[in-house]
Amino acid sequence: MTTASAFTADAMQFAPQLFSTALRMTRNRADAEDLVQETFVKAWRSFATFQEGTNLRAWLFRIMTNTFINKYNAQQRRPQETELDEVEELFLFRRLGAFDQSKMTQSAEDQLLEFFTDDEVKAAIEELPEMFRLPVLLSDVDGFSYKEIAEMLDVPIGTVMSRLHRGRKMMQKLLYEYAKKRGLVDESLISPQE
Amino acid sequence: MADCQETLNELNRYLDEELSADRVEEILDHLKKCTDCQEAFEFHAVLRVTIRTKAQRDEIPEDFIERLRGCFGDDIIDDDRAGDGGVITLERPDDEDENQDDEDL
Repeated sequence: MTTASAFTADAMQFAPQLFSTALRMTRNRADAEDLVQETFVKAWRSFATFQEGTNLRAWLFRIMTNTFINKYNAQQRRPQETELDEVEELFLFRRLGAFDQSKMTQSAEDQLLEFFTDDEVKAAIEELPEMFRLPVLLSDVDGFSYKEIAEMLDVPIGTVMSRLHRGRKMMQKLLYEYAKKRGLVDESLISPQE
Repeated sequence: MADCQETLNELNRYLDEELSADRVEEILDHLKKCTDCQEAFEFHAVLRVTIRTKAQRDEIPEDFIERLRGCFGDDIIDDDRAGDGGVITLERPDDEDENQDDEDL
C-alpha cells in the first residue's frame, strides 16, 4: 500500500513537468499555478482510490487535462484550418535540413538544437489551437502514448493521431515563420520537392 | 521491403514508438540503405528533442512549490508524518511548525 507521505513525495516529483505543461495549456502563469494546484487537490482527494501499480504520472496528467478541459471549456471548437494542406510532412526538414552542409562547424543536430530559442518553441506550442495543442503537448513534450492521450482527452486513438498530425504540421509552419522573422532563412536556398 | 514513401509515412509513428517490432525493423532496413530518409528521420528526431527540452524549461517558483505541498492537506489521515519525514524528499527540514505563518516581507 502506498503511504500518504510516499504518495505526496511521488506526486511532488512531477510538479515541474505538470507546471510546464500547465503553462503551455493555459498560456498564463497564474492560471497554470491554479491548474496544478487544483490537480494536486483532486489527486489528494482521490488518493484513497488510487490503485497501486497505476502509473502515477499519467494519472496526474489525466486529472490535469480533464480539469483544464472542463474549466476552460477547451477543445470544443474546431479551428479554422487554413493552408495546412500545403504543409508537407517534411516541411521544416526541406527548408532547414540542408543548412548543415553550408556550415561545417557543428553537427546538424547541434545546429538544430540551438536554432530555435526556448521562447520560440513555447510560443509555437501555445499558438496552436487547443484541439491540436493538447495532443501535441501530451505527446511531443510529455511523451505519452496515443492510447494514454486518447484516455486523457476521451477521444478515439484515430482522433489523437489525426490531431497530432495536423498539430505538428502547424507547429513546423510556425517555427519556420519565427526563423524567417529572425532572418535565419535564406529562401533562395530552398528547393521544395513537390 | 519498405520504399521511401512508405518509410516517410511512418516517420511520426516510428518516433512516437507506436510501431510493431516488425515494422520498426523494416524501417531500419530502409534507413540503412537510404541516406535521404535517414537524414529526414534524424532531423525529426532532433526536432523532437528540441521541442521536448525547450518546452519544459520553466522556472518553478519556490513559494509555488510550498503552496503545492499544502495541497496534500491534513484532512486525510497522514501516516507517520512525524516519524518518517524523510520520505518527502522535496521537503526541507527547516520548518518544524507547519502551521506557522510565513511572512516574507
